Amino acid sequence: MGTPAIEAEGLRRTFEETVAVAGLDLRVEGGEIYGFLGPNGAGKSTCVRMLCTLLVPSAGHARVAGYDVARQPEAVRLRIGVALQEAALDDRQNGIELLRLQARLYGLRGKAVEQRIADLTDLIDIGDAMNRRIGTYSGGMKRRLDLAAALVHNPDVLFLDEPTTGLDPVSRAKVWGEITALNRELGMTIFLTTQYLEEADALARRVGIIDLGRLVAEGTPAELKRKVGTDVIVADVDGDASTACEALVGVSGVTSVDPIGDEVLIHVVEGSSSVGPVAIALDGCGVTVRGLTLRTPTLDDVFLELTGGHLHEEEVE
Amino acid sequence: MSGTIAAVHATQDVHARPAGFAADTASIALRAVRAIPREPEAVIPALIVPIFFFIVNIGSLSNVTEQIPGFDFKAFYLPVGFVFAVTGVSRASSLVTDIQTGYFDRLLVTPIRRLSLLLGLMVADIVLVVALTLPVLVLGIAVGVRFETGPLGVLVLIAMSGLWGLAFTGFPYAIALKTGNPAAVNSSFILFFPFAFLTTAFVPKEALQGWLATVATFNPVTYLLAGMRALVIDGWAWRTIAGGFLAIVGVSLVSMTLAFLALRGRVARG
Repeated sequence: MGTPAIEAEGLRRTFEETVAVAGLDLRVEGGEIYGFLGPNGAGKSTCVRMLCTLLVPSAGHARVAGYDVARQPEAVRLRIGVALQEAALDDRQNGIELLRLQARLYGLRGKAVEQRIADLTDLIDIGDAMNRRIGTYSGGMKRRLDLAAALVHNPDVLFLDEPTTGLDPVSRAKVWGEITALNRELGMTIFLTTQYLEEADALARRVGIIDLGRLVAEGTPAELKRKVGTDVIVADVDGDASTACEALVGVSGVTSVDPIGDEVLIHVVEGSSSVGPVAIALDGCGVTVRGLTLRTPTLDDVFLELTGGHLHEEEVE
Repeated sequence: MSGTIAAVHATQDVHARPAGFAADTASIALRAVRAIPREPEAVIPALIVPIFFFIVNIGSLSNVTEQIPGFDFKAFYLPVGFVFAVTGVSRASSLVTDIQTGYFDRLLVTPIRRLSLLLGLMVADIVLVVALTLPVLVLGIAVGVRFETGPLGVLVLIAMSGLWGLAFTGFPYAIALKTGNPAAVNSSFILFFPFAFLTTAFVPKEALQGWLATVATFNPVTYLLAGMRALVIDGWAWRTIAGGFLAIVGVSLVSMTLAFLALRGRVARG
């Protein structure tokens, strides 16, 4: 196995008393899309900012594209592309001007600059808008321009910090397509943070789940889902969920039960054969069941299993 | 999509390298200069205030001072118009916007020389403040002010104004980089008042009395105005003109130290 594109050992970052990243070990191989999944405040962005040389680690060390982020930041910067959370653009420039400035800061000159801008304009496909002020762009157009700015110098490693947060489904699909194509056709290593399960599921070859600054699980999406069993029955109940939980203990095929608000998540070995016994048990315990849903496990179930919380608490509430 | 990715492939020989200090500074300066006409709301007050003060003060005080033999208030006041035009004008507000939107971070993840981030803005400031002196100059000439030092003196006066404007920008930049707060940057304008008014802006130093005379003695603008007035009224009075430049150097040492320390803090990755 060659030199990893990203390697971190005991990476830690504190802000006064607050521990944002608490000793992270990572290894991302060249040509991989690595999904870094976690809820708001889990430490994803702090981690990216350390790997991108914007923050010095409080302890531990990390190498990106073969260079140490703390001791060789200039070498790292030449080899990485970064699109930070909330497209960081200048509303007063137009798209062409922004890309031209970006290209010049990476040492591109003359015709190479214009050729690169032309290529990237094709890639992000936002038409005549490239000659308009960025302040007039939609969220999706800004994201795609942000991506182009991160690619202007043909980086080895691309960091994308929540690249689709706040985008509509169409824009999100376009960004997904661009990320997939960059990886598949150019072999670019992509480190992607997200709080969207489906995004990590759809794009990442491997996923790391972070909570409270610690990596709590890592693997392919399929491997992670296997950790929580096969199927999940979600019971939407009206009444005391804990009563429902007690009624489900010992029911055939049920491996574990988690009450979350008005919902009860019932992990079962085989969904289709367990729905009947589960429904009977709930009916007999005096709890009104508004609905029963059978589904396969998601990365949220993995997160719940490992941390006891949801990736999106507000959605559950 | 595959066609466009292939297009990116076509220029895969693109390799990043540091652009160099001069190129980085020029790139940042070019962007900042380009932004100036796109933010008329930031430039128009800086254009109106000195012209307003010039017209009001010349109109109200010229007649009063006519009784003083050999005293030309218009010539005496013209350098004040220059100082009003250039003091406190900077790209500090747009720097704060860059910090708040995250664009400053985007620049920091490029290989740009950190010093260029600030110097580039200052180059743009020089362009702007020199441009802002021109309406005052035209107005001065229109009301009959004549330069004892001739056209070369006019150029030196503009250079002096530009350097003073640049020296003063260190304060708002220091505040912008230290706080990243637009309100704090706007409040830096308060610094303008003691510099511009507790001095010989309206009357000669000999006419100042009490604490105002003491404060004016320690105010570098007193010596700046003396140097500028020498260019307009007295001719090539080298000692006085040099005193004006020394005052600029003194203020620069303080303001630029603060600004570059603040820049170091902002990019320290701490």
